[in-house]
Amino acid sequence: MSSKPQSVGETRAESPQAQSLSNVGLFSGFVAVFKRDLTLAYRNQGELFNPLTFFLIVITMVPLGITPDPEVLAELAPGMIWVVALLATLLSLDGLFRSDFEDGSLEQLLISPSPLYLLVLGKVAVHWLVTGLPLTLLAPLLGVMLFLPDSGYGPLVLSLFLGTASLSLIGSIGAALTVGLRKGGLLLSLIIMPLYSPILIFGASSVASAIDGFGYTSQIAVLGAFLSIALICAPFAAAGALRVSVNG
Amino acid sequence: MAWTWFHQFGSPRWFYEKTTAWMPWLFALSIILLIVGSAWGLGFAPSDSKQGNSYRIIFIHVPAAFLALAGYYIMAISGAIGMIWKTKVSYLVMRSAAPIGAVLTFVSLFTGAVWGKPTWGTWWVWDARITSMLILFFLYLGVMALQNAFNHEESANKASAILALVGTVNIPIIYKSVDWWYTLHQPATIKFTEDSTIDPSMKYPLLLMVVAFYVLYATVLMMRTRTEIIARERKSKWVKEMATAS
Amino acid sequence: MLDLSLELRDLSCERDDRVLFAGLCAQFNSGDVVQIEGPNGSGKTTLLKVLTTISNDYRGEIYWDRKPFSQSKFEFLSQLLFLGHLPGIKKALSPVENLLWYQRISGEVSKDRIFSALTQVGLAGYEDVPCYQLSAGQHRRVALSRLYLDPSPVWILDEPFTAIDKKGVAALERLIAERAEKGGLVILTTHQDINSPSLKKVNLQDFNTVEAQS
Repeated sequence: MSSKPQSVGETRAESPQAQSLSNVGLFSGFVAVFKRDLTLAYRNQGELFNPLTFFLIVITMVPLGITPDPEVLAELAPGMIWVVALLATLLSLDGLFRSDFEDGSLEQLLISPSPLYLLVLGKVAVHWLVTGLPLTLLAPLLGVMLFLPDSGYGPLVLSLFLGTASLSLIGSIGAALTVGLRKGGLLLSLIIMPLYSPILIFGASSVASAIDGFGYTSQIAVLGAFLSIALICAPFAAAGALRVSVNG
Repeated sequence: MAWTWFHQFGSPRWFYEKTTAWMPWLFALSIILLIVGSAWGLGFAPSDSKQGNSYRIIFIHVPAAFLALAGYYIMAISGAIGMIWKTKVSYLVMRSAAPIGAVLTFVSLFTGAVWGKPTWGTWWVWDARITSMLILFFLYLGVMALQNAFNHEESANKASAILALVGTVNIPIIYKSVDWWYTLHQPATIKFTEDSTIDPSMKYPLLLMVVAFYVLYATVLMMRTRTEIIARERKSKWVKEMATAS
Repeated sequence: MLDLSLELRDLSCERDDRVLFAGLCAQFNSGDVVQIEGPNGSGKTTLLKVLTTISNDYRGEIYWDRKPFSQSKFEFLSQLLFLGHLPGIKKALSPVENLLWYQRISGEVSKDRIFSALTQVGLAGYEDVPCYQLSAGQHRRVALSRLYLDPSPVWILDEPFTAIDKKGVAALERLIAERAEKGGLVILTTHQDINSPSLKKVNLQDFNTVEAQS
């Protein structure tokens, strides 16, 4: 901290050394990315609420566009909430790698000795924490607005909890593929939405089936299976896509 | 030994020159198969006891659907080969396969709709297979859109190869999910895609048409790839020489 | 003493069917300062991207530590510090936070050394100011302060002298020379003349073939 001239020589970078690889732990990259992105999300609090506001506004449009009839809305509620949660996630995904791409941090991530898989996973984990999780927590409120029957709340929260994590993971592939493009946002939705259909099917159906008085464990189990597949595969694909985008 | 062959095959020029000799044969074969298959299917196969003659659209509908799905895998696999071995031709095959597959998917959707009108009185039904086909169509559109969005060809190729590969992992999951979704919502009145036994008199022309579509697919794919090669290598010496020679 | 060896064998790159350079052979060792030269668009940045493993669009072979890149990539990356065109600095974070993050992904963390490094580049007093309040030149200097922090023996620097003042240039030159003397290897692109006894120049124009092979 001293700015006295004589300290200059002493504080020069230590002499070059082959860094021992052991001090770069396998997960230190993951933890570093996770902490940094969480800090960044906290600093840009304004952006945190955008997906949630979007979620709320679109759900408000449903009765305006269709009918305020509670019976009809109750029928639509599971699917509607799920579709809108999916759209809100998609919209927020465009920014996942964009700022890193624009300021050059992405290049630095690519040449980090930590596995890129874990670095991407760290970023996706933060994305889910600041979008998927809040959406999941907000969903019951929207359920009230759409007259969701009581038995639907449990599976709604549970299915969104697992499902939004898969959405973030799969979406990260699209975000990585389109990060180098100037107008990537719409393209991202276009290429990723078809891949979301299985999650939407099982997510919405778990709620509907609970409302009809049937069990919903099987749907939740399938969502869990999707999540584990996405957890294993998606960061790999996203890592590969990032390499392409950085050179685009 | 096999490897030199492989890398030779990956060179655009070699591919172009080799396939020049094959093209007329492939053309002839696909036309003959198509004529025989459709004549057999449309003219000689017996009409269906319930649907009358309208069922005959399956001779287009089914092979198109087969190839639409197989085409996605062909596209993805050539993309993967391009990524692993950096062979130029396989990317060109991938680029050529995308629009062909999209057209075939569209054909199978369209013929399905045309078939649906006289059979169930409606153009569109949210049936499991039709819905899966529609999603497959979207996957094709996504790959094509991504390909066009990049400025650099190399990045475009790699990006769409990654997307195509992600799609291949997802397609079985999508199919199973949509299937499951359909059984959940299946209306009692409409039932039509059960695997009823098909009479041999209809099955053989159908099989022939499937083969004919495969050959046609190969022909069109090769033709498009050759066009892509020429467009891509238009500045190279061998293309210029060829152009001036003819 | 360090014994670094980076060897390029018959390296060629093309971009959109245009050959940037072809048949590039070179051998870089401990103590070298390598200046990559060539006019704009000659592939300097592309070459650096290839050397940093960011891009793998090349033909030919690269050997690190006498092993092909495919086997030695990880060891190479753990000894590499790369500064590109873009500073890689997060605007919402302060200089200290930015540097801490780089330390965390690459090894030991030492806040004291970050403070002294920031002093070296003339950013004393800005340590905890969010970077969006700093100018582009100051961002650049935050990035350069990594050179004072990072013990990596291999430096690859893309135009490190842009957007810094004369004094900064002199300090940076000294730093580069010092790293080379201590057995490091520095590869950089710049339009500036560098004074270093161990300077090697690679001009990409020498490897630029006019007509693409048929």
